[in-house]
Amino acid sequence: MKYFKYLILGTVFGIVLTKAELISWFRIYEMFRFQSFHMYGVIGSAVVLGVIITQIIKRTNMKDAKGEPIIIAPKKLSVWRYLLGGIIFGFGWALTGACPGPMFILAGNGVFVIFVAIASGLLGTFVYGKIRHKLPH
Amino acid sequence: MNNIIEIVSSPWPWWIAGPAIALLMFALIYFGNSFGFSANFRTICSMFGAGKSCDFFDFDWKKQTWNLVFAIGAILGGFIASQYLSSGDAIALSEKTITELQGYGLENPGADIVPMSIFSFESLFTLKGLIFIVLGGFCVGFGTRYAGGCTSGHAISGLSDLQLASLIAVIGFFIGGLSITYFVLPLILPA
Repeated sequence: MKYFKYLILGTVFGIVLTKAELISWFRIYEMFRFQSFHMYGVIGSAVVLGVIITQIIKRTNMKDAKGEPIIIAPKKLSVWRYLLGGIIFGFGWALTGACPGPMFILAGNGVFVIFVAIASGLLGTFVYGKIRHKLPH
Repeated sequence: MNNIIEIVSSPWPWWIAGPAIALLMFALIYFGNSFGFSANFRTICSMFGAGKSCDFFDFDWKKQTWNLVFAIGAILGGFIASQYLSSGDAIALSEKTITELQGYGLENPGADIVPMSIFSFESLFTLKGLIFIVLGGFCVGFGTRYAGGCTSGHAISGLSDLQLASLIAVIGFFIGGLSITYFVLPLILPA
């Protein structure tokens, strides 16, 4: 049952994102048009609390549930992969109105055609894996 | 009691959702993992045997089982919220958004969680369906892996750790999203 807690956390994630309408194409459109504070409030408050949590973890050398020290690996800094990859993801985010998590949550909401977007996303990831050596990173 | 049901079933404000997402991130870190949903795409590719033809997918995907279970939970959570915790009210979009989208021919913006005239099996094989669902999905899968993360991995986890890489990625998310929203959607939505 070591995975049960992840099922619960995932379920909470699905409920929160549905209830706060973060999985709505309309909310993403509204965000990119700067016509509502809602999405910025969500992401902003998550990051503010996230910064506090991350700082506490680091400064107290917090141990995880198994007693191992928590290591948050720094991301290797470069520009191209984050900027170009980010832009391409942004295209998809504005079109589908969903990032990967919300796609799965939408399926739970009964928007079954989103499974096609998920399948297409898997293909996208696969193609990236195949051609990544040719891309600037 | 009725009061509680009413509060739970009405839409949740940003100041509940944002902190809840940060706490979920903490829970995943505390259990020895991290908050990064798009990694599941890579894991599923590997599960289907993509590792045989491509070293990018040649890793022990079973170690990522926790994240797949988290994704199954996400589907379940979506189901529970829509079936049992929903008021059925339209999304309280801003007036501007509603007027604008109506101008593009979308009926009742916010009445459903997504525009059903686009996100349905009937429209899947139209040009619109192909662009929004198939091409959009492809970009999400390709872009997140190229950028090494999505909203959860970069915008939440990465920014929380003050990573410059994640800030660049988030700037990229917005360059991409704004370009589509300002230059492409006005052309393809009314079509």
